[in-house]
Amino acid sequence: MNKREIPSLEEMHAQGTTFAQSLQPGTVVALVGPLGAGKTSFVTGMAKGFGINAAAVVRSPTFTLINEYHGRLPLYHFDFYRIDQVAEIERLGVVEYFEGQGISVVEWADKFPEIMPKQTIWIRFEIMNAQTRVIYITPPSPSYLKRG
Amino acid sequence: MITLGIESSCDETAIAIVANGKLLASSVSSQHDVHAKYGGVVPELASRRHMETIAPLLEHTLGKAHLKLANIQGVAATFAPGLAGALLVGLTTAKGIAFAHNLPFIGVNHLEGHINAVHLEYQGIPFPHVVLVVSGGHTSLYEVKAFGSYQLLGATRDDAAGEAFDKVAKFLGLGFPGGPHLEKLAALGNPKAFRFTRPKFNDDSAFDFSFSGIKTAAALAFERTADKTEQMKADLAASFQDHVVQFLTDRLFSAAAHTQAKAIVISGGVAANGHLRETVARPATVAKLPHFIPSRHLCTDNAAMIAYVGEQYLIRGKRSPWSQNAVASAEVGV
Repeated sequence: MNKREIPSLEEMHAQGTTFAQSLQPGTVVALVGPLGAGKTSFVTGMAKGFGINAAAVVRSPTFTLINEYHGRLPLYHFDFYRIDQVAEIERLGVVEYFEGQGISVVEWADKFPEIMPKQTIWIRFEIMNAQTRVIYITPPSPSYLKRG
Repeated sequence: MITLGIESSCDETAIAIVANGKLLASSVSSQHDVHAKYGGVVPELASRRHMETIAPLLEHTLGKAHLKLANIQGVAATFAPGLAGALLVGLTTAKGIAFAHNLPFIGVNHLEGHINAVHLEYQGIPFPHVVLVVSGGHTSLYEVKAFGSYQLLGATRDDAAGEAFDKVAKFLGLGFPGGPHLEKLAALGNPKAFRFTRPKFNDDSAFDFSFSGIKTAAALAFERTADKTEQMKADLAASFQDHVVQFLTDRLFSAAAHTQAKAIVISGGVAANGHLRETVARPATVAKLPHFIPSRHLCTDNAAMIAYVGEQYLIRGKRSPWSQNAVASAEVGV
């Protein structure tokens, strides 16, 4: 497990960007943590890592359920916050996205861990205080560790 | 002209009939007893629900307008933005009807629908005007120079305002949808009890919004308070609501001043919020700026606005090709 302390929103963006640059096509990433812990902010940073103009496009997918962004790799941004039954996820075609060549990132993935693929990278977010967040990455991707 | 409109971009299946800019009939699945036919057990968010609902809803809407399919002269459907699977149900149904009855067909952007819903209730709104579309999925400001001519002035950079309402309502233990419940609780609270700070943007973005920070601040304030009394919850709801409403109102009026707008319009589900309506009315009177907010059934997702926009385009001779596909993300006025 790889633990990091993130002192600011800007640093959360930066962490997302660095993390994204370490990913191979077809990776599935699960984001877990309470409201306001920085999940969507991390994805904003990831989008920047794929060359997507993040500030302009990355929005919370809570209402829309799936947002798609197109950069060097397609980024599929899901949110299970509003979903109550696993059948709904199946009907949304989420599994087909997981099997594609883009990067799939899922907020509130712990609501339905059974549908997440075995190789999923899990990132847990914790709120330490008003500014500081802690993230735990399992398993840590080797190239991400190298970049520090 | 008599125009059929179909909307299925997210949770709601909706069908409406508009004739020369006047609403004849409008139905939304969640408000209709179509559910009862399926024993009330209907999956919430699935395109399958749209498929099950759309045919009986069409029949019901035609009946309400005392019309038959043969009376319809044009067909419009939402093609973007939204869930591809959900959009396709409405889009394919609309194309099928248009093709079978040899009618003109047009795809409509859902956001353009919200921008124009107000015209179904108010005539002669002066141009240019500024529209705030504020709902669970969107918080955007547009300058409207004429029908079909839009400029996106700003939008949320993270959560939509309605989403923040829903999430705060949830941790306060209120029911869904959060907006109306939170508004009710806020009426009992002190809006000055909790202080929140406005987001600051580094770059030039005078009309952008952000609601993630205030949602987080409200959640932290709630966590930190040991004694979670009903009064404390009401105070938090009132303070949160007031902060969001003031933020929306300030942005709206500075956008109106910036574009020298002759009127302001608010649309989308959050436009039903009573505190927002009251707060906007005061500066609008001071600035002698007429303001228009459609009724609740035209603010929330509906097909009347889709039929209206579709008809305006059809009257102007515009058509969509049969190959028109569903598009997940598509802004208006960029």
